[in-house]
Amino acid sequence: MTTFLQICVDAASLGSLYALAALGVGLLWGVMKLVNFAHGEFITIGAYALIVPSGAVIPQLFIGALPIWLMVPTMCLIVAVVALITERIIFRPLRHADPSTLLVASFSLSFFLQYLILLIYGGRPKSIQIGASLNGEFAFGPLRTSWIDIVTISTTIVLLIAVALFMTRTRMGVQMRAATQDFRMARMLGVRGNTVIATAFAVSGVLAAVVSFFLMVRTGALAPRMAAPLVTIGFIATVIGGMGSMVGAILGGFLVGVVSAFMQFILPEAMRPNRDAFVFAIVILMLLVRPNGLISLRSQKERV
Amino acid sequence: MTFTTLELRSITVRFDGVVALKDVSFVLESGRIFGLIGPNGAGKTTLVNVISGFQKPSEGEILLDGAVISDRAAHTIARLGVARTFQAVRLFRDFTVHANLHAYGVGCGLSSRAARERADAILAWLGLSHMAEWRADGLSYGDERRIGIGRALAAGPKFILLDEPAAGMNEEECDELMRLIRDIPGRFGCSVLLIEHNMRVVMNVCDRIAVIDFGRKIAEGTPAAVSADPAVRAAYLGEEVA
Repeated sequence: MTTFLQICVDAASLGSLYALAALGVGLLWGVMKLVNFAHGEFITIGAYALIVPSGAVIPQLFIGALPIWLMVPTMCLIVAVVALITERIIFRPLRHADPSTLLVASFSLSFFLQYLILLIYGGRPKSIQIGASLNGEFAFGPLRTSWIDIVTISTTIVLLIAVALFMTRTRMGVQMRAATQDFRMARMLGVRGNTVIATAFAVSGVLAAVVSFFLMVRTGALAPRMAAPLVTIGFIATVIGGMGSMVGAILGGFLVGVVSAFMQFILPEAMRPNRDAFVFAIVILMLLVRPNGLISLRSQKERV
Repeated sequence: MTFTTLELRSITVRFDGVVALKDVSFVLESGRIFGLIGPNGAGKTTLVNVISGFQKPSEGEILLDGAVISDRAAHTIARLGVARTFQAVRLFRDFTVHANLHAYGVGCGLSSRAARERADAILAWLGLSHMAEWRADGLSYGDERRIGIGRALAAGPKFILLDEPAAGMNEEECDELMRLIRDIPGRFGCSVLLIEHNMRVVMNVCDRIAVIDFGRKIAEGTPAAVSADPAVRAAYLGEEVA
């Protein structure tokens, strides 16, 4: 029983990170049919913003030296601004391009940002330590867990509720959901396309910054391609959740987290390094069974 | 009730040399129901597209209360209070019926609460309150079209352009539609431009009618005057209402 609970905590904690990554990706797919590969670089930039730009392996903390209550909002602000700049310069002029053009543009942006980071910070992996107090372990009855797991899970829950309230209760959120359903019709109905898409980018940036904070507290490892695996999982989560559905993206993220955590436990010791092969085999199976994802939206299907 | 006018001044629209509208002018007055009729291909839908900003006129201008709106984007015109329906209604299919109306109100600048109350009132008026929480997918054709009218009213427009609302409706549904259209100016303080094929509907609800044929306005006047006009009878009515 204790082992099971232990796995559940791991699953929820990992699933939280995946869900946040998936929501960041899913939001932009929803409003503008953009598969944003550069979301990974948004996360990376959030992490690199913590240090003073230099090539040193043990870098000096910059924003990372601030107290957490100031550090996290600053990270969010920086990544949101980067996201807004990419929207303005790259994705707004391509608004009416087809999804494959957007896809290639986001790929290019992703590489551009990676090499920009390489140029400024050098290619050697770096290691930093922030939020050390969060890495402390504590026992809850027989259950042993670290604060960061609890903080990750609870912050994610709060963020998801906040996004849900934003989407259903605020005027901007209602317009964003309408744009997700049918962008052209939403514009015809008075929705300001530019504002809605810019807001989606900003929210996506904030979600990326939160992910980079958790990642940095957990691993502290910085590398130009550090977020690539996480964002790949984010994409997979949006697909198995059902493209265009934000609830689906979140569910998909948690699902991949749960499968990973349980695989870690079920697989024999020798096979654990190959865990992801099993995780993705399950993903393929799921897609064979439900090709439209867990939540299949009618608005995303072709009209006849 | 504030007095607003929508004026078309010498509107001409050309598509690659084809003249869809030629020098069309008329004035819509507040609180009136203005009908626009003409045979297929006369340019009726082009005219709706021009007024609502989906198509820029090649020449001429459109004024709302004296201010030019024909150079504005479609979503701005919607926000300024000129709403329209579409022949293909295209509701947001993953939204409820109520949310479809609510989204339009919010999109055009109403507060979330004002939009919600307005959506409630409109659904009650349409007799569709029981459908408020239904998903706007798989609705019957007639219901979908009525919701389309309700959606156009959801932002509190000054003018509503109804693009062939009676298309595909049977006699009974047409009667209900006429009742609704007649009700719009008094209830919502909103003038109506009705583009319609169905003569019975047009003649029964409109205060004033303009007739276009081959992109030109050939007559304008009261229903009685228009239906007596020899040019109209020759061009159009002669074939349908003998």
